[in-house]
Amino acid sequence: MKKNVIGCFIVAMTLLLIINPLSAADSPPVAGGILPDIKLSIPKDSAGKSYLGLGFFGFGSFRIPEIKTRLVIIEIFSMYCPYCQREAPNVNKLYDKIEQDPYLKGKIKIIGIGAGNTSYEVDTFKRKYNILFPLFPDEDYAIHKMVGEVRTPYFIGVKVNPDGSHQVIYSKLGGFEGVDQFLEMIVKLSGLQ
Amino acid sequence: MKIHIKQVMVIFFSGVFILTFLFVPTVYCLSDAYKNNIYNPGILKPTDSVLKLKVGDRAPDFTLKAVSGEMISLKQYRGKKNVVISFVPAAWTPVCSDQWPGYNIVKEIFEQHEAILLGITVDNIPTLFAWTNQMGNLWFPVLSDFWPHGKVAAKYGVLRSDGVSERALFVIDKKGIIRYIDVHDINKRPPLEDLVSVLEKLR
Repeated sequence: MKKNVIGCFIVAMTLLLIINPLSAADSPPVAGGILPDIKLSIPKDSAGKSYLGLGFFGFGSFRIPEIKTRLVIIEIFSMYCPYCQREAPNVNKLYDKIEQDPYLKGKIKIIGIGAGNTSYEVDTFKRKYNILFPLFPDEDYAIHKMVGEVRTPYFIGVKVNPDGSHQVIYSKLGGFEGVDQFLEMIVKLSGLQ
Repeated sequence: MKIHIKQVMVIFFSGVFILTFLFVPTVYCLSDAYKNNIYNPGILKPTDSVLKLKVGDRAPDFTLKAVSGEMISLKQYRGKKNVVISFVPAAWTPVCSDQWPGYNIVKEIFEQHEAILLGITVDNIPTLFAWTNQMGNLWFPVLSDFWPHGKVAAKYGVLRSDGVSERALFVIDKKGIIRYIDVHDINKRPPLEDLVSVLEKLR
């Protein structure tokens, strides 16, 4: 009987080690590496779906490299973070520059992930700063843990290859020193120009 | 040695439960605005005081000094504004350092519901000055309940045994009556939507 219990305990602990419910990364994604397996809910609004190229009738979840583009810029932010609030107009400027550039439009997409923010809080941030790119809530910090519990704002650039594979090309804490410089730098790193 | 699936599952799910609810590290105060200046006290007892008021009671009056130097009394808003009091435990600690910057970008929501926000901690004015400077320009008064230490927090029943206050929200209507109390788990930030839904019901 005792042996049975010990046996069951060993099997259960082995399972726990394999299926770790708290799988968290020790460090942020690094340039040259790949993203953790982040799943996001497909936006409900048609503008968000269309921007990400996820199809008008899409629902459920998607992975970031499935976005129809060649470069994704991910901002890890929080509605409650003063620096993210201060950086919001700059990120909007970056979005506008991309959308107004006939060559870059469609080739670079921006998304934001609100660490510890509810849907309501993310929507509040979106309304406050008139943000036109999709923002996703991460209420329980699950994604935040997967990207190494970074401070905010944190930016990750991901190059999406035609074969569906991807590569992190930029991963850094802090806002842009200049929107133009940032855009030029990330375009160069991605090989778009 | 026989392996019983049922026993394995019981031990496995107990392990998942323990890991998920007891040992999950709390991740708060992410903003780079504070650099490494936030002191992390670890996970604290969720609440540690005995509330002395209930919804429907008249809110006890108080007068406290704001960081701006102004003296603020609760009664000055009687008949004019609904009042949201946000007690936060202490300056330079996690969660609180996030909470007020969030309220700082929703001034319109407070105005729409004819409400003012009063932030209160048990810290002294110089500490509050340095701390709130990192948050940007706050539109609401931040009051010091430092001396006599935590007198207002104690009057409201939200002074913890270690001398800091709970993370608590009180919503007081224009008649001075308490309409909502949330003595929140000190380790967690109250979701904004909960407060907004209370303000919406005040009309």
